[in-house]
Amino acid sequence: MKWTKSLFTALAAVVLGLIGGALLMLVTGSNPIEGYAYLFRGGLMNMERFGNTLGSATTLILTGLSVAFAFKTGLFNIGASGQMLAGGLMATALALTLKLPKELMLPIIIVGAMLAGALWAAIPGLLKAIFNVHEVVATIMMNWIAYWMVYYTVPAYFKGPMLETESARIPDYASLRVSWLTKLFQGSYINLGIFIAIIAVIIIAIILDKTTLGYELKAVGFNRYAAEYAGINVPKNVALAMGISGGLAGLAGAAFYVGYAYNMQIGVLPAAGFDGIAVALLGANSPWGVAAAAFFFGILHSGKGYMSAMTHIPPDIGDTIIAIIIYFAATSILFENLYEKIMKKIKANKETSTEAAA
Amino acid sequence: MDKQPHGQVDGSNYEYIIEMLNITKTFPGIVANDNISIQLKKGEILALLGENGAGKSTLMSVLFGLYRPDSGEIRVRGKPVHISNPNVANELGIGMVHQHFKLVHNFTITENIILGLEPTIGPFIKIKEAAQRIKELSEQYGLNVDPWAKIEDVSVGMQQRVEILKMLYRNAEILIFDEPTAVLTPQEINDLMDIMRNLIKEGKSIILITHKLKEIKAIADRCTVIRRGKVIGTVNVAETNEAQMAEMMVGRAVSFSVNKKPQEAGDVVLEIENLHALSSRKIPALRGFCLTVRKGEIVGLAGVDGNGQTELVEVLTGLRRAESGTIKFKGKDITHDTIRTRIEEGMAHIPEDRQKRGLVLDYTIEENFILEIYYKEPYSKHGFLNKKEIKANAQKIIENFDVRSSLGSISLARTLSGGNQQKAIVGREISHDPELLIAVQPTRGLDVGSIEYIHKRLVEQRDRGKAVLLVSLELDEIMDLSDRIAVISHGELVGIKKPEETNENEIGLMMAGVAHGGAA
Ligand SMILES: Nc1ncnc2c1ncn2[C@@H]1O[C@H](COP(=O)(O)OP(=O)(O)OP(=O)(O)O)[C@@H](O)[C@H]1O
Ligand SMILES: [Mg+2]
Repeated sequence: MKWTKSLFTALAAVVLGLIGGALLMLVTGSNPIEGYAYLFRGGLMNMERFGNTLGSATTLILTGLSVAFAFKTGLFNIGASGQMLAGGLMATALALTLKLPKELMLPIIIVGAMLAGALWAAIPGLLKAIFNVHEVVATIMMNWIAYWMVYYTVPAYFKGPMLETESARIPDYASLRVSWLTKLFQGSYINLGIFIAIIAVIIIAIILDKTTLGYELKAVGFNRYAAEYAGINVPKNVALAMGISGGLAGLAGAAFYVGYAYNMQIGVLPAAGFDGIAVALLGANSPWGVAAAAFFFGILHSGKGYMSAMTHIPPDIGDTIIAIIIYFAATSILFENLYEKIMKKIKANKETSTEAAA
Repeated sequence: MDKQPHGQVDGSNYEYIIEMLNITKTFPGIVANDNISIQLKKGEILALLGENGAGKSTLMSVLFGLYRPDSGEIRVRGKPVHISNPNVANELGIGMVHQHFKLVHNFTITENIILGLEPTIGPFIKIKEAAQRIKELSEQYGLNVDPWAKIEDVSVGMQQRVEILKMLYRNAEILIFDEPTAVLTPQEINDLMDIMRNLIKEGKSIILITHKLKEIKAIADRCTVIRRGKVIGTVNVAETNEAQMAEMMVGRAVSFSVNKKPQEAGDVVLEIENLHALSSRKIPALRGFCLTVRKGEIVGLAGVDGNGQTELVEVLTGLRRAESGTIKFKGKDITHDTIRTRIEEGMAHIPEDRQKRGLVLDYTIEENFILEIYYKEPYSKHGFLNKKEIKANAQKIIENFDVRSSLGSISLARTLSGGNQQKAIVGREISHDPELLIAVQPTRGLDVGSIEYIHKRLVEQRDRGKAVLLVSLELDEIMDLSDRIAVISHGELVGIKKPEETNENEIGLMMAGVAHGGAA
């Protein structure tokens, strides 16, 4: 019942977003049908492009999951970007320092990135738990701390041979890209991160829905006074929820900086951290919803270049569509009312028709 | 009997100022209002009486524009209207005091009242004029409100008067009160009755929802009884009595007295010695409080609201720190133990504020029923929840305590009626079969039938050799249920009395700190 409602809301937002995009294409004098045909072909047309879509979706699944998990436990993690940077920096540092066989290298990098992201979020978590500092303020501050940490650390310790503004290239034995995947997807930038993301979706879905841990975390998120009353350790759970959320963003950092990319650039807060909020919103904070939403945004991301190459439509239209979808997803309450009205009508029709039959 | 000629106020002729005709409102799984009609005459107080979950609040929400009815018609002053939202209701002169107040705590009373319709000169709010008008209204109706006080500094009773002023400030003619007395002290209830009489004198009309038959008898003109979403009938209050109304509402005779056999109390379960604690505002709330509670007895704690009861319960359950003194539970010092340890040792707590502490409103009721025991077998194993056992547990409590809801155990707690939320909490806590049950206002917001049942269950706990500490502002309840009555005043124990050796008068004097009682 609730599930179908969320799906209806998400689809309505997507459809309206696409219609909004179509109007923009019309205004700019292009044919929207043609535009969308190229957009979706650009994202799905062959194995390579499909692989690129999955590659883009990987980061978004993980950041979306990070934000969604925090939401579910009553927290607003606006710091997925910073946690991604923390995870990415840890991954980069490990990749450029350790020299081990790939089978050992990757688990170390993945766990390292996750812990770094978790730590980065646990600090605001603890501040909230102990001093009641609002997590929005604290995580935004942590974003900038991560930004400047990367800004100074990378040139100082992990500089490449040529540019001051990026790290050295991640060696093959430390990259999440593996040849069989690259080959299977005809040279796309898909990497092992997609499996990490899918496993994360499954684990988070189980934690939230089936475990005592999820029960505690959600209870604290919904009503910390009732949780306290029931003997649940509230500060511990707030810090833990932030930690898990940050761990997911840290994984996104690994997938992005040592999978999707070849090196770490300084001076950027990764957009995927903020896009994660949109993904969570469209996915109605459910892990599988997040995966689907991230996949959809992945198509837009990897298809928009092809669209603008084949038509006169600027690639920004893709971003605009995303923005419109976010807008409608955020005002989803309108659709929920619409959904209820439709369901009521259907029910009323059914009743009158059964009455007529009787 | 009519106090005023009916409606020639705005020229049109009408017999009823409000008519709700054939209103039906369904929620998924339940028909909350099933073809209900009620009529309110100008200048009268119409009481709505019905069991918990009968659909009273829903009906009033329809009238106030919070819900759209599926079918039916509303007429105001004889004219059919569509009340699509509360602003429309305001325009029509309809005001409502909700069961849970909607006030901004760090705003002044004036700011709260003018919120949403700030009178301005250019960019400046005419706050002085507003305050002046509030003062006048306050005097006119005997509300005794200081326009400049902050909400967080005033009592619950005063907050309610602010809600009343909010309606009056918006020139409401038709006032809806949803269980206004459930949160009030006995003195505040008397004050509210006087205020309502003043309101009627000034030409207002009132719809009053309450479970307290005494109040209906004292103040209402007519009473419409609702059962399971349907109107059973409307009676003239002067021509009926409390027992008849109760029977009409529940469908059977209700006994108002509690059946309790005398019984010797057993070993000491709870021993409180020289307890000191601070209130939330850091002033001493408990000052050397002492009390013992034994197995097989109900100890009632009587006191004027705000004399340390809240803090005492919080310190006992671990929600608040003790400054000094000791609490022994089953012979063990638990003064510094965690909340969970206390629960595991056999303490249970029906909290004062059901929505703040007692329930996770966004959880289903089956999830709420395992709030303290989710990590134990059989409800979970190795960290995984066992949904089947959780559901079975819920089914048991729902059946035993008659918790009514739209979708059974998977209803969100938020959708339950106020009284059913209370029954869910009481059911959950008693089902833990605690050694010591700390019950604060356990029957707040319950209908008479449910009160009868909950009282029976509390006595049953005692008969089975368990201990109950009953904290209540209602002296009737304390007198009826307690084996011993402890009176608290200014954070100290004034004395202990046996109910059969005292009366409400003496207890009242002790509560006021005038008389001292010896130990019983
Ligand atoms: N938003 C909602 N969604 C689903 N069911 C609801 C909702 N609101 C109320 N109900 C159901 O409708 C019925 C009537 O509820 P209502 O709150 O009107 O009862 P009430 O007469 O005010 O009871 P009480 O005396 O306990 O306050 C209840 O069974 C309740 O569970
Ligand atoms: Mg109600």
